[in-house]
Amino acid sequence: MNFLAAIGRTFLGFLAATGRLAVFTGITISHCVRPPIYWRLLGRQLVDIGYYSLPVVGLTTLFSGMVLALQSYTGFSRFNAESAIATVVVLSMTRELGPVLAGLMVAGRIGASMAAEIGTMRVTEQVDALTTLSTSPYKYLVVPRVLAGIISLPFLVLIGDIIGVFGGYLVGVNKLGFNAGSYLKSTFDFLETQDVVSGLVKAAVFGFLIALMGCYHGYHSGRGAQGVGRATTNAVVSASILILISNYLITELFFAR
Amino acid sequence: MAERTAALPKIRIRGLTKSFGSNHVLSGLDLDIADAESVVVIGGSGTGKSVLIKTVTGLMDADSGAVEIDGTDVLSLPASERRAMMNRFGLLFQAGALFDSLSVLDNVAFGLVEAQSIPRKQAHEIALDFMAQVGLEPDVGAMYPGEISTGMRKRAALARTIATRPEVVFFDEPTTGLDPIMGDIIDELIVKCVEEFKITALTITHDMDSARRIGNRIAMLYDGKIIWQGPTAEIDTSGNPYVHQFINGLEEGPIELVTSRA
Repeated sequence: MNFLAAIGRTFLGFLAATGRLAVFTGITISHCVRPPIYWRLLGRQLVDIGYYSLPVVGLTTLFSGMVLALQSYTGFSRFNAESAIATVVVLSMTRELGPVLAGLMVAGRIGASMAAEIGTMRVTEQVDALTTLSTSPYKYLVVPRVLAGIISLPFLVLIGDIIGVFGGYLVGVNKLGFNAGSYLKSTFDFLETQDVVSGLVKAAVFGFLIALMGCYHGYHSGRGAQGVGRATTNAVVSASILILISNYLITELFFAR
Repeated sequence: MAERTAALPKIRIRGLTKSFGSNHVLSGLDLDIADAESVVVIGGSGTGKSVLIKTVTGLMDADSGAVEIDGTDVLSLPASERRAMMNRFGLLFQAGALFDSLSVLDNVAFGLVEAQSIPRKQAHEIALDFMAQVGLEPDVGAMYPGEISTGMRKRAALARTIATRPEVVFFDEPTTGLDPIMGDIIDELIVKCVEEFKITALTITHDMDSARRIGNRIAMLYDGKIIWQGPTAEIDTSGNPYVHQFINGLEEGPIELVTSRA
């Protein structure tokens, strides 16, 4: 009986959390499309999310592109298909690895910091103070972060794509002995607009999810240091899982035949 | 005093209830506060003093009851009108709740800029005036909340609260965490601001020295209701055993120790 009660409690808890998240998302979206927008705060978040995430995204995609070229060579050389390496690298980076790796890295860096910052503000009553000063916490705290996530992730991914392809090029030309010109030609011959666009759409969705999860878990943070710590963990884990799920759904949407 | 109570009270709380599961924190609380009156609600830890302020200010939804400001029930107002009503309120939080990411000057000017749409430069000038009123030097304005002492943070928070010239101000444990001298200074500042700006004030505290300094009237909250209220001067002769036990800090008496908290 206790076992059934525990299942019921968990299920009800899940439904309540889903409802809370749906309401939070609805309110956030409604505030995103209604003035006023705090442009100064949006600018600050763009710098935080976009500019300061560049090194980590750049390094991740650089080495991923390099590894991808090496691994592809190992496999493709077994049936004399080395010429496809450049194409594999560019398609993998633009369609999948660029957006997913950038999304996961930014989720770890930014999602955690958003949850920690807003959670601390919640615990120290700064969120309540905003309300008493006639300022909507959604408008002031959530909207700038969510908009900055949606705007900056595609730029990060675009730069990450370029760096990742460059990583593949470095390995291809310097280590695997490809001709620089023919490697670049192979890179661009099979690249279509949709490959890049699908990656950028994914990036925008991931940016939204990362910021939404960071803000949601921070906003509903429990009391004390433990509550903020849990909010931070939940923000990163939930954003990462949602990134992987939505990645499949968007891929299905763009490329399913 | 008789004229005040005969007139429509500035704040009229009727039948306010709030529960957390089976824990009934407020159970039909009634309280009237006249215009420009300063009422202090005393009570032990966990008796629902903070919940009272949060439900009255709309930071927490009440289960039932009415909170009338100038005869208008704020709890039944639609969200937009309730927000407009919030412009008339100020709340001094227990720990100040200054925004960490803003300088002290930006904190004090925050309500002027965001709620009253006053240009930033002008808001800063007004903020400097209010900082001077609470004894903060202009150079403190450039510092961040993490760089100043607890007493200075409390002063800055008080300046932020009154800078928007609210009609009604709620003070949540204004002297908690302060040494007796700083507590006395903050109390005097509160009294000065309340009198100078004709503010209607509701303070919650368990610090009796502070309650005596701030309040025109004191009310005691116990078991979710106001069990006694009267002029500050009469609290020592209230004849109420709960009040007697509380203000004298006696272990023996009718008050049961609250071991759970909402």
